[in-house]
Amino acid sequence: MSFLSYLISGISLGSIYAIIALGYTMVYGIARMLNFAHGDIIMVGGFAIFTMVSTLGMAPLVGIVTAVAVCTLLGVTIEFVAYRPLRGASSLAVLITAIGVSYLLQNLALLIFGSNARQFTSVVMVPGLALAGGRLTISGETIVTIIVCVVIMVSLTAFINKTRIGQAMLAVSEDRGAATLMGINVNKTIAITFAIGSALAAIAGALLCSTYPSLTPYTGSMPGIKAFVAAVFGGIGSIPGALLGGIILGVVENLSKAYISSQLSDAIVFSLLIVILLVRPTGILGKKINEKV
Amino acid sequence: MKVKKNKILIQNGITYAMVILFWAVIQLLLAGGHVSSLLKGLLVPLCIYAILAVSLNLTVGILGELSLGHAGFMCVGAFTGAFVTRCMEASLPSVGARFFLALLVGSAVAGVFGILIGIPVLRLKGDYLAIVTLAFGEIIKNLINVMFIGRDSRGFHFSIKDTLSLGLEADGEVIVKGAQGITGTPRAATFTIGILLLLLTLVIVLNLINSRTGRAIMSIRDNRIAAESIGINITKYKLMAFSISAALAGMAGVLYAHSLATLAATSANFGYNKSIMILVFVVLGGLGNIRGSVIAAIVLTALPELLRGLNDYRMLIYAIVLIAMMLFNSSPKAIELRSVVMDKIRRGQSGSAPKEV
Repeated sequence: MSFLSYLISGISLGSIYAIIALGYTMVYGIARMLNFAHGDIIMVGGFAIFTMVSTLGMAPLVGIVTAVAVCTLLGVTIEFVAYRPLRGASSLAVLITAIGVSYLLQNLALLIFGSNARQFTSVVMVPGLALAGGRLTISGETIVTIIVCVVIMVSLTAFINKTRIGQAMLAVSEDRGAATLMGINVNKTIAITFAIGSALAAIAGALLCSTYPSLTPYTGSMPGIKAFVAAVFGGIGSIPGALLGGIILGVVENLSKAYISSQLSDAIVFSLLIVILLVRPTGILGKKINEKV
Repeated sequence: MKVKKNKILIQNGITYAMVILFWAVIQLLLAGGHVSSLLKGLLVPLCIYAILAVSLNLTVGILGELSLGHAGFMCVGAFTGAFVTRCMEASLPSVGARFFLALLVGSAVAGVFGILIGIPVLRLKGDYLAIVTLAFGEIIKNLINVMFIGRDSRGFHFSIKDTLSLGLEADGEVIVKGAQGITGTPRAATFTIGILLLLLTLVIVLNLINSRTGRAIMSIRDNRIAAESIGINITKYKLMAFSISAALAGMAGVLYAHSLATLAATSANFGYNKSIMILVFVVLGGLGNIRGSVIAAIVLTALPELLRGLNDYRMLIYAIVLIAMMLFNSSPKAIELRSVVMDKIRRGQSGSAPKEV
């Protein structure tokens, strides 16, 4: 039974990684850049909810909506101020700028909220489930995380395949030059991608902080890196890849924490990435270009 | 050809002279008592970061592969070096000799790690290579955090669980204590040793770049297929650059280990954030520009400390300066604007230049 409960919480953690990885994978697919600041947007989302719910006493739903709004705005602003001027510059220059943005967000949060860990009140109001006569309990957070992840995956896939904006995203990721010739506004498309990715990061922040309720200015950076690993793992640019990579990563991390060593779990996750990349250099689902976003 | 060679000699000479001048100025200031204790504490880290930046520039700027795991090699060097120093305490009483031995062994082991990691990693390309080097850096840090090594009369004992499972005799001594790391390393690193090691790094890297080997490495960066077609062994030269870079990072690690009494592998000193910080030095100093790396490392290490008066705002300012510098340096519009301004200045000087060409 304990194995099953580790597995389920692993899937839940993996779902969070998958939601974050979606943001990475979409931005990478379209703008060809590693957005190192993505993890810190999660942290901003967490603090937005914390401020609204714990400090101002608003309802959790208001907190989540605010966080999504703040992060979306932040993502678009960052893209406009820091990344758009560098379009056409070397990818290394963009990477370093993203690192600068990441430092900026962390230190702003440090300045406003201080370095002490804040106790985050869970925004999930769903009661837990007790199965098999109480031997297997599943927390409300776990259930909500998995459901939210599935909903996001389905609606995002539908959005990309069925709407004009989604098709424009596909076109830009396939060939930016040709997309421009077809009358697609590349800048607008990239801005929309950043908006969606950042909104997802806010939701991921809410779920992450509800499951692991300690919030610091550095909360987002390690999950951000892990989610990036998940995106690469599943094949960067692919939405099902992000889901697959995220879930595998979460399950492996949780099981190795439980059965091997909690200190070595990160090492095991990263070794898995290395093995996968050596066998399949573009990730598990990396070759399916038609699913690229 | 001879003219070109002279030019290279002059350029390299300027780099060496700059470092020596820096050393002399600091020595003068130290003798005059003008150096604050804050700056004194920074002198060895300045050398460490300069060595790290120069060595990473070899991978990123000269070889052209983005590595985010440089701190991992530094970590290997630091722990090997500290381990050697602690183990030889009885047989080699002189601290200086032990430090020297630690430098040799630490660099060599880091270099071997560079080869071992380089063989699989260098098959990948671009961002994939970057994320895998980051993964290796984190793995090294994690493994060292669970490693316990002890010694008693029967020899060395190794465990990845805890001190007790080492099964030491009563007089045994635990040398590496997992997350607590290695304690009791003599603090033998001085500013002068740091500068000497920096000069050694510069000699190695600059001579490598201006040799047949260096030109082969740069040809791989510029066009891999063309390089391969004229018979350059890609794997060999890539591995060579990568492992030399790793060995030099290991040397910086040994220096780092000997500037602290307690060495522990935390994410603050050997995590991916450290690798990224070194990468920032390299990119701001100019890819492939060795002198730039030294200057950027020294200025950017000193900057947050010199801004200490601004307290909480210093890292914020650092971040903003970083973004602004990248936008100014690399944005296509800024480059265009700069060239227009430069043109105007030049025309203003020569006076007779035509307005439109």
